[in-house]
Amino acid sequence: MSATTQTPQKLRTRKPLSVGVVAKNLTALVLAVVFVFPVYWMFSSSLKPQHEIMTKDPVFVFTPTFENYTTATGVDLFWTYVTNSLMVTIGAVLLALLVALAASFAIARMKFKGRKGIVLVVMMAQMAPWEVMVIAMYMISRENDLLNSIPTLTLIYFVMVLPFTIWTLRGFIAAVPVELEEAAQIDGCTRGQAFRKVIFPLLAPGLMSTSLFGFITAWNEFAMILMLNKEKESQTLTLWLTQFQTAFGSDWGATMAASTLFALPVLVVFLFLQRKAVGGMTAGAVKG
Amino acid sequence: MTVDSQGTATAGPQDAPGRAAGKSQTPPPSSGPKEVLQPSRGRRSLPSGWLPYLLVAPALLSMAVLLLYPLVRNVILSFQQLNRKEFITRETVWIGFDNYTELLGDPDFWSVVVRSIVFTAVNVALIMAIGTGIGLLLNRLGKKMRLVLSLALMFAWAMPIVASVTVFRWLFDEQFGVVNWLMRTLGFEGYEQHNWFETGFSTLVIIMILLVWGSIPFVALNMYAALTTIGSELYEAAKMDGASGWRTFWAVVFPNLKSFFMITTFLEIIWIFKAFAQVYAMNQGGPDRGSETLPVFAYIEGVGQFHYGVAAAISILTIVMLIAVMSFYFRLILKQEEEL
Repeated sequence: MSATTQTPQKLRTRKPLSVGVVAKNLTALVLAVVFVFPVYWMFSSSLKPQHEIMTKDPVFVFTPTFENYTTATGVDLFWTYVTNSLMVTIGAVLLALLVALAASFAIARMKFKGRKGIVLVVMMAQMAPWEVMVIAMYMISRENDLLNSIPTLTLIYFVMVLPFTIWTLRGFIAAVPVELEEAAQIDGCTRGQAFRKVIFPLLAPGLMSTSLFGFITAWNEFAMILMLNKEKESQTLTLWLTQFQTAFGSDWGATMAASTLFALPVLVVFLFLQRKAVGGMTAGAVKG
Repeated sequence: MTVDSQGTATAGPQDAPGRAAGKSQTPPPSSGPKEVLQPSRGRRSLPSGWLPYLLVAPALLSMAVLLLYPLVRNVILSFQQLNRKEFITRETVWIGFDNYTELLGDPDFWSVVVRSIVFTAVNVALIMAIGTGIGLLLNRLGKKMRLVLSLALMFAWAMPIVASVTVFRWLFDEQFGVVNWLMRTLGFEGYEQHNWFETGFSTLVIIMILLVWGSIPFVALNMYAALTTIGSELYEAAKMDGASGWRTFWAVVFPNLKSFFMITTFLEIIWIFKAFAQVYAMNQGGPDRGSETLPVFAYIEGVGQFHYGVAAAISILTIVMLIAVMSFYFRLILKQEEEL
């Protein structure tokens, strides 16, 4: 098959001077620059000395400095924001994985009355317009003295990421052949043991990409934290980034350093896991 | 790196639910081996009929408490008069549909609705058109160039929202922004200290650029993944028939990826319509509330103006509009689930 299908393609790429090929590659290159530019500009600005940030004509060659990073991380309560962000995000993701693993196993592997209804509920919850419900969230939290609380925020983020965690994990579990599980059961495992010893290890990639999406969602969240956690001690890096901008007026260098620090973990993990990300993202139909 | 790997191609949106459904309809040949084992081990005292319910219970319970309850509360709040006074004294004043009638008779509300719809439509059209174009381009690029472009897209995709809003404000800064410099360099007059956030319209244009920039990677990369599922014979047949690129797209690509286009479009509509962080963090809905979309309008009415009851009504109306869009989406997904 390869011989017949590849010949025409080879012929096409072997003509290096064809206008079409040049135009195609040039377009791709321009697009690549356009898409990467904001990220590059954030990073390069973060390394510029103060006097080279405040210029009418941007400076492209400069001696990198870390002074902006020192300013950004030298803010009061910086480590509190870091700790809060990590606690909220990791807590929400772990809780979601635990609860979703059980639910998605049932949905993917067991036949029971109401299964379809549950699938529908999960799908609807996945589309829930959280941003629109902040007022109700605020009222409920206020009545129950749950404002400015890290556990409250963790629980909200947990339910925010739960539906797509179930949805994606269900796909990954269904992809594991039932025969493997049966074989283990024939070999004397209980259903629980078969799950732990056979399915769970095979789910590792699924768990990784699912927690990545959860991590990004929780790390990114903005509306809830803005509304519910007004006390500085209970805020996360998300708000650190915005407060910071007003607090420093036009200190763009420090703001860009803060943005870089905020984006770095996500960028690194995302690029590391990108192959799984593309398929998984669509499978779960996930985005901020 | 393996951006151009096709391993992911099979996990296009259309077959993810299908894959699950296909497997799950064959439950482990009903508890055959299990029943043989169970008596001897005797560990599991629960009748297996309860097990699935036990497994889904925590998930359903948490969604009921943390999702359904706030939703119900939101509906209840929308029937109350809840302004600064009632908020402080914690009074409950029922006013029936007054919040709704007030809103529906308010031209400001309607202008926000129209703005949100137009804004969403323009954004989604741009995202889908450019995203599809880039997806097609990715499919026709050589390996190296494809890797370069995919990586660039990945960077834009992975940028956290709040960080990218901050970066865009810096790009469009009045004094030191690189965009004003670029406009001057290209020879346009009047970009000495051009304030891009001067009007609601120009603010929305910048938010649009941000949203389009951030959303295209999802469409383009998934489009590319979906394209690789189309067999090359189809293209060759079209080529032999002498079809133009345009015609090949409508005759071969589009029919094959119809559900991909439908689902992605619905998702983008929903995501753009309810986008909050991008709009709010860019300019707090300003200047003069000129860049408020529905979710931001609800937030500002509630928190900024102390009209919590009205804000709740706005959210309910927003949810109703979203549900209209979503019902199409769900029907599509459910239909697919049955087909596959």
